[in-house]
Amino acid sequence: MEAEPSSPVSAVFHLSPLAPRVQAGLLDFLLFGSLISAVDPVAVLAVFEEVHVNETLFIIVFGESLLNDAVTVVLYKVCNSFVEMGSANVQATDYLKGVASLFVVSLGGAAVGLVFAFLLALTTRFTKRVRIIEPLLVFLLAYAAYLTAEMASLSAILAVTMCGLGCKKYVEANISHKSRTAVKYTMKTLASCAETVIFMLLGISAVDSSKWAWDSGLVLGTLFFILFFRALGVVLQTWVLNQFRLVPLDKIDQVVMSYGGLRGAVAFALVILLDRTKVPAKDYFVATTIVVVFFTVIVQGLTIKPLVKWLRVKRSDHHKPTLNQELHEHTFDHILAAVEDVVGHHGYHYWRDRWEQFDKKYLSQLLMRRSAYRIRDQIWDVYYRLNIRDAISFVDQGGHVLSSTGLGLPSMPSRNSVAETSVTNLLRESGSGACLDLQVIDTVRSGRDREDAVMHHLLCGGLYKPRRRYKASCGRHFISEDAQERQDKEVFQQNMKRRLESFKSTKHNICLTKSKPRPRKTGHKKASAVILAVESEEEEESDSSETEKEDDEGIIFVARATSEVLQEGKASGSLEVCPSPRIIPPSPTCAEKELPWKSGHGDLAVYVSSETTKIVPVDMQKGWNQSISSLESLASPPCTQPPTLTRLPPHPLGVEETQVPLDMSSDPRSSFAFPPSLAKAGRSRSESSADIAQQQELQPLMGHKDHTHLSPGTANSHWCIQFNRGGRL
Amino acid sequence: MGSCSSQAALIPDVDQILRETGFSQASLLRLYHRFQALDREEKGYLSRLDLQRIGALAVNPLGDRIIDSFFPNGSQRVDFAGFARVLAHFRPVDEEDATTRDPKQPEPLNSRMNKLRFAFQLYDLDRDGKISRNEMLQVLRLMVGVQVTDEQLESITDRTVQEADEDGDGAVSFMEFSKSLEKMNIEQKMSIRILK
Repeated sequence: MEAEPSSPVSAVFHLSPLAPRVQAGLLDFLLFGSLISAVDPVAVLAVFEEVHVNETLFIIVFGESLLNDAVTVVLYKVCNSFVEMGSANVQATDYLKGVASLFVVSLGGAAVGLVFAFLLALTTRFTKRVRIIEPLLVFLLAYAAYLTAEMASLSAILAVTMCGLGCKKYVEANISHKSRTAVKYTMKTLASCAETVIFMLLGISAVDSSKWAWDSGLVLGTLFFILFFRALGVVLQTWVLNQFRLVPLDKIDQVVMSYGGLRGAVAFALVILLDRTKVPAKDYFVATTIVVVFFTVIVQGLTIKPLVKWLRVKRSDHHKPTLNQELHEHTFDHILAAVEDVVGHHGYHYWRDRWEQFDKKYLSQLLMRRSAYRIRDQIWDVYYRLNIRDAISFVDQGGHVLSSTGLGLPSMPSRNSVAETSVTNLLRESGSGACLDLQVIDTVRSGRDREDAVMHHLLCGGLYKPRRRYKASCGRHFISEDAQERQDKEVFQQNMKRRLESFKSTKHNICLTKSKPRPRKTGHKKASAVILAVESEEEEESDSSETEKEDDEGIIFVARATSEVLQEGKASGSLEVCPSPRIIPPSPTCAEKELPWKSGHGDLAVYVSSETTKIVPVDMQKGWNQSISSLESLASPPCTQPPTLTRLPPHPLGVEETQVPLDMSSDPRSSFAFPPSLAKAGRSRSESSADIAQQQELQPLMGHKDHTHLSPGTANSHWCIQFNRGGRL
Repeated sequence: MGSCSSQAALIPDVDQILRETGFSQASLLRLYHRFQALDREEKGYLSRLDLQRIGALAVNPLGDRIIDSFFPNGSQRVDFAGFARVLAHFRPVDEEDATTRDPKQPEPLNSRMNKLRFAFQLYDLDRDGKISRNEMLQVLRLMVGVQVTDEQLESITDRTVQEADEDGDGAVSFMEFSKSLEKMNIEQKMSIRILK
């Protein structure tokens, strides 16, 4: 990280013949220099986010700005105290103390942050039943870190930064998706509010001429010198760093680094805080600071993007890491660590390995929720995310898929089988907060749809083994929306079950005490939306899974479709089942035959596996909603679930995770469109995913515990969406 | 490093090794010292046992395979030349080398292709030039935690192979392998700075 070239600035000023109006001694200029040289993280972040330079550059500049906060504030305070003491009284030991205080402040701040990070991670481990307080916890503990550091006169910004850095991994694993989204968006909102306010203050002060006094020499000199000395500092320090770097920082990187040093609000805030009695030149400093900040932010900020483009700086790579890459990266890491061991060199990989082992053995076990800890595996995570992405993109093209008739055995999906949708970018970036804009999504050609179908078909093998033991906990801590969601979910589940049951045995009549009159949405080729009345049997586990829903449910999509299904789909009058509990499709048999799980194995189980929240990350919720709304334009609008779903008594379904013969897939052609409300209900991620899936008129298949017969081998030219719910059924 | 050249003379075939591997004298010397440190009985060559004695390799999922890679063609001993040759794969790539290299010469051991080839051989145990689904499964099994079940693993394997496999033969050939990694910065990823 780079230090600030503050002293040269101030030294130059002191020696240069300035207008005598500016009465400032060396110490005053040192003070000014310390506050004007600090690169501001806010400005840097704002600009660099636009520009998308490669990660190395971004980390260097942004990291510098973060650390600079600590350094600047310390230097400022030290210089301030020197100024107050008067230059005559400053002794050598004071300088030493100043330097020492720098270390104390920054390291102390970091330590405070880490302590709070630990606390935060530990606390979120236990918040399963009180999900609602998770975002609060995050904010409050982070703020507490800030306050504690301030109290102790340590670097508060470093404290907050280290708190975030330290706790992210564990908190992210522990808290629910909704909380994650809440935290993310709230922080972004707060951050942008704060930024705006600061710059407003800046602007207002600029026009309030009572606050500043102009001196051209000072202003122009400052402008020139900050650019010059920053460049000098960058060049010198990269020269030193390059001796130790595997990939040296080249000239272009250095240009961007020096040009990207934007000053911002911190400098302004510090200069305003100066005491006019002690620092008589304050007004001049204020004017200069305002000009400098404006200049760097406006001129440099605006021109950096064209500069980056002109210099052909390596941009960040937004390609989606394929499973291959992820796997091979892991392999290479291991290889490199092994080779380092052979060579006997404790290099980067060695230490990273050591840290990861330590983390795995002690930290993660302590700080991460048991369930999250258990399933934590990077390769699996990538695979899982790829699943979701495929499912999403597949579903987005649902219309195309269905329209293509005669789906033969899908060809092998190419590496590029998934479109570069912004959806996927969302998943990739998982935190950029970009809204899923459907207009931006590139539609995948139907050939790819086929490939996607295969992918989904293959993905059916990758079913979650539900590892949670769902206790039938009745969560009382949900806000009212959850009740709605719960009901929705129940309805859905019950419907699914009912279908399966009725399909299996036509005489099987499950009496639905709750019949929700659902207007059947059919007649649409593309997406007959059929609303299910979820059966009450699901109630029990819907309850339990409800509570678990927040964190642990997952749905894997397997997309298969049968052409028969498509045709049959239209005829799915059966789903207007509302009055009659029977959802027997008129001609289940042919579709039934198609269903592989029908052929061999009668037992199906409905699973909601424990990873729901990861299926459609809450970031995606908006995307889902939009997908749904866009699909609605295709399909007839799904009916909204009547909110008056009554809970049916739980149907005793046997022990958890045993297979339940649910022949919900009985209506193969059915696609139920879940009302957007479902999708909007963050909780019902599985359903929303299912929604969109269903809207594509693919049959909902119940996943079965025994994946084998859904292994890729059994692919027929089928399209089906299968979803597994691991849980007590 | 004044005594470098005199010490280097102790290494057998030092010139040839330098030429083949492209190491600098200092690095080669360091490797030689390491070689001697590993070779406790001063046999002049390393056996598998010597390498297995390195504790950290035991906890590395790919440790055994790495050790095997030092013993090509089923031999049980590796002399210093072989040792250096394997490690030369991990030399950082010099940009200038690429341009000034004589195209007729064989590719330097640390070129991207050769790095990839080395990694490929770690996967391809039976040396048939392809990574079959089974071999991929074995590697995955090594690297993935125990909480991932076999079925899950199989599906990951399938997907992995499918992603890379272009000609549909169900196995990943070397060209497909390198193509699937074209976006990865192999030169940086598979280099150890200390071996410059």
